[in-house]
Amino acid sequence: MRARVFVTLKPSVFDPQGTTVVEALHTLGYAAVKDVRQGKYFELEIDAATADEATRLASEAADKLLANPVIESYRIEVDR
Amino acid sequence: MKFAVVVFPGSNCDHDAHYAAEHVLGQQAELVWHKDTSLRGADVVVLPGGFAHGDYLRTGAIARFSPIMQEVKTFAAAGGPVLGICNGFQVLLEAGLLPGAMLRNRDLRFHCEHVYVRVEHTDTPFTAACEPGRRLRIPIAHGEGNYFADPDVVERLERNRQVIFRYVDATGAVTDAANPNGSVNNIAGLCNERRNVVGLMPHPERACELAVGSADGLVLFESAVKAVAEGAFAAAR
Repeated sequence: MRARVFVTLKPSVFDPQGTTVVEALHTLGYAAVKDVRQGKYFELEIDAATADEATRLASEAADKLLANPVIESYRIEVDR
Repeated sequence: MKFAVVVFPGSNCDHDAHYAAEHVLGQQAELVWHKDTSLRGADVVVLPGGFAHGDYLRTGAIARFSPIMQEVKTFAAAGGPVLGICNGFQVLLEAGLLPGAMLRNRDLRFHCEHVYVRVEHTDTPFTAACEPGRRLRIPIAHGEGNYFADPDVVERLERNRQVIFRYVDATGAVTDAANPNGSVNNIAGLCNERRNVVGLMPHPERACELAVGSADGLVLFESAVKAVAEGAFAAAR
């Protein structure tokens, strides 16, 4: 089963890379893009019987390793 | 007394720290591989600068799984003096031995330059030979040294006098212009509540002889020697 983990900086944390990217997009003429937050994306192949179990394992992995809870939050999607 | 300098794959300031302890100060020093499971009776542990495990995932994030880190945690929990320099500081943060996290420098640039830091408190094993308020001119070399912690954590750090080094200008003033990376409250280094674990982004081990432009960093290592000699900070065995 495949879980997708999206890790992003918390809203309260300044994201200098995202700020630079949005400025570059404005230079390209994409004034409609108001904000960019840069993050990380992980695909986890998980040996799990159910989507709930895969979600639980992916959450544990994110809590313990994939994300740093001081500065990052995450979101998980699992194929059902 | 004996220093242990931990060597992770990707450490590149390990020999500088070893040199400072052994050749400049005349102390015993030993390089300890990250897969070792013994600190070999060291009195002081140094986690050096570099790019442990290639900075994969996040700086310092993988190093905390190195077998030696269990020993470092035990040593720290027993009150032993631990110094994390640059990447070693990042490892201490990821390992939970110090609070907070590092972000990319606010200007996204890798900064390699001499800066001034002010010694805020001298009741740690790495500032014991300093007078409070002393300015040190030592180099930084990092891309992710923008210290961040939640406001309540920062407030607690300040209240507990855990901010040990702060970026200042040549006159000793805390200014935004003197802050090379955007760190909250100009924090360049801090300690844990017990004050035996200290981390800082600047590189004191690269400023231990005038031949390299500054010897201001030596006082951190001299402090460790003093603190251990006085028995102020020793790992309970």
